[in-house]
Amino acid sequence: MCLAVPLRIVEINGNEALAELDGVKMKVRIDLIKDLKVGDYVYVHAGFAINKLDEKLAKENIELIKEVANAAKVQRL
Amino acid sequence: MQLKFKDYKAILDIVEFIKNYNKKNIKIMEICGTHTMSIAKSGIRSILPNNIKLISGPGCPVCVTAITRIDEILSLVQNKDIIITTFGDMLKVPGSVDRMSLSTLKSMGAKVEIVYSAMDALTIAEKNPDYEVVFLGIGFETTAPGTAIAIKEAKAKNIKNFSVFSLHKFVEPALRALLNSDDFDVDAFICPGHVSAILGIKGFEFLAKEYKKPSVITGFEPEDIIVAIYKIIMQFEKNFAIIENEYLRVVTYEGNKIAQDVMNEVFEPVDDIWRGIGLIPQSGMGIRDCYSEYDTVKKFNIKLDYQEKTTACKCGEVIKGMMEPNECPLFAKICSPENPVGPCMVSSEGACAAYYKYLRV
Amino acid sequence: MNDIITLDFGSGGKKTSQLIEEIILPAFNNDILNSLMDGAILNGHKKIVFSTDSFVISPYFFPGGDIGKLAVCGTINDILMCGAIPKYLSLSFILEEGFKIEDLKVIVNSIKETAEVCNVKIVTGDTKVVEKGKGDGIYINTSGIGFLEVESYGKDKIEDGDVVIVTGPVGDHGIAVMSARNNFFVDSSIKSDCMPLINLANIIFKYGDKVKIMRDPTRGGLATTLNEFVERTQLSIELFEDKIPIRREVLAACEVLGIDPLYSANEGKIVLIAAKSIAEDLLSDIKSLPEGEQAAIIGNVTSSYQGVVVLKTGIGGSRILNKLTGAQLPRIC
Repeated sequence: MCLAVPLRIVEINGNEALAELDGVKMKVRIDLIKDLKVGDYVYVHAGFAINKLDEKLAKENIELIKEVANAAKVQRL
Repeated sequence: MQLKFKDYKAILDIVEFIKNYNKKNIKIMEICGTHTMSIAKSGIRSILPNNIKLISGPGCPVCVTAITRIDEILSLVQNKDIIITTFGDMLKVPGSVDRMSLSTLKSMGAKVEIVYSAMDALTIAEKNPDYEVVFLGIGFETTAPGTAIAIKEAKAKNIKNFSVFSLHKFVEPALRALLNSDDFDVDAFICPGHVSAILGIKGFEFLAKEYKKPSVITGFEPEDIIVAIYKIIMQFEKNFAIIENEYLRVVTYEGNKIAQDVMNEVFEPVDDIWRGIGLIPQSGMGIRDCYSEYDTVKKFNIKLDYQEKTTACKCGEVIKGMMEPNECPLFAKICSPENPVGPCMVSSEGACAAYYKYLRV
Repeated sequence: MNDIITLDFGSGGKKTSQLIEEIILPAFNNDILNSLMDGAILNGHKKIVFSTDSFVISPYFFPGGDIGKLAVCGTINDILMCGAIPKYLSLSFILEEGFKIEDLKVIVNSIKETAEVCNVKIVTGDTKVVEKGKGDGIYINTSGIGFLEVESYGKDKIEDGDVVIVTGPVGDHGIAVMSARNNFFVDSSIKSDCMPLINLANIIFKYGDKVKIMRDPTRGGLATTLNEFVERTQLSIELFEDKIPIRREVLAACEVLGIDPLYSANEGKIVLIAAKSIAEDLLSDIKSLPEGEQAAIIGNVTSSYQGVVVLKTGIGGSRILNKLTGAQLPRIC
């Protein structure tokens, strides 16, 4: 129901920011996020940042996928 | 930050496990239309064993918009000299008469503008002070906060020629309506990642707690969905039903409080009709009285009809998970993406369009 | 000369002559055109290829090109894809009253430059002016004649086991134009790939009938062109998702807008089907050109299915890749 893509904040002006993904830059509204800093990653949906992407949790997320993969491998054996 | 998603090698073992899983029959509903798209695009159905079925739920906002509302919008455009602004998704949805849509009205000279954000609609209003600008607010809890901000900003800037036709909806009442209906036959849920970003894990706890359905909140990369399917299988194997969050990087327990607050400040729950499901109490987002001057329905005195029109199209059954798109008698015969009858074929994330576009080999 | 086009420029009178003499002729200076006859008298050849195309694009200046460059590339590339060397072009403008002369000069100059690169002569042409509000600034039609070099291309030559080669990353033009038209992005490095395919085609021609068919995947993108190769045949194409070259920034824009790059238009790429025996040699020849650097073998022809394109996805799944249905629109869902 909701397409959203992670973009990196490169510039902040009040409730508006410039966000970037692989050289593509767009204006996004950041009204919905507290304490946003340049360099943060946000998920953008219909022009609004809807949540911050937590770097630590992103790593945990990748670990989680790996763990599940290992578990699946063990189960297959 | 190195984001190593789209790393397909990492999940090959999970894919192999799922391919060979033959113990239990599990019907999983992916609630969200963007999941439907991602599943279709990455060919996930083609790797599932016959005992695991994925069913597309009511999470495509275009697909659940009642045909009655589409007719009301089309008649507004035909009768008033307004600029209508909409997400591209809504453009081709036909009403009940002659397959007329915003797209055909545009060809006939109506002022229809595609926008990417509710703020773009407000900008169009600022630039065209001589026209009434109407924004079609579609979407669930992920999209509604943006519309709410546009309305608040219109008020703050005292922009008078802007209003919103709110078709926004809450996900939970619709899921409850489905779960409470006798013919609903789904065993587990893949929960929408970006609605969860707003509502938090707590927004979908009821699925496991009250209805005992194994549920996993997940992201939109193929590996996210594969992991979710695996986790659901595991819940069945171990015989329990909980809500799990695979989408760690975005979804927290509480969700986005600011977004919830702004949405609740501008919108209030009202009864609404859903295509194929009918009237669901308190499932729609009506604009609160304090913002009524930005409510298209009030501004143009539209008498909303709460009776859904019936058509030959089986979108309703498809949304409820009772029918696969290719079981609809119209599928790929009368109804195709070039000439859609129902919204599930119009919206690219609709179950029928996804089926049609990304057919299983 | 005044700085905008007025209806007088299409009157056929003095202003029309002035337009032709001051802007058109100096750019395309050649004996055939300079004679200003009602038609062009051309040298002939055994077999000729004749092609025409009209160009309406908004905006008419876009990142990576303009309507002029596109109008030359479009027709020249179509002729090349038929196996012919393009020789002559006609050039017709439909201008809207109020169009800036300065813009016209820029467009005429890119037509000149692009035609020169391909050694193609503009030999006849026309200009009409429509009232303000009855056009979109500028429309161009070009028709072209080429001399046939390789006569064998056709979908009936495609065989089981052949391979599919694309000469570079796909989707650039469609995304560049859509982004420019709607101002979705503040600043993006995405440019149209609009260019004449003459150097690539010259390499491919050398392989004669070992190359079965080639086409420039314009509207409808790679997916639609590949479907055209195999539809209504007993063969199918198996395509490998992870082998298809796509620029990172194009992929990023597609993700943001909810668009599939495989359906996005290209204006400077060739997709071809070739015999397996020469595929590697052909690929390395293509790669030796700057415009072919990122060429890749992206799939093969099989008889496992009939008349369809099957995409093998990154996770090991597969799905049918259909032709484009309806225009791609940015979506939020």
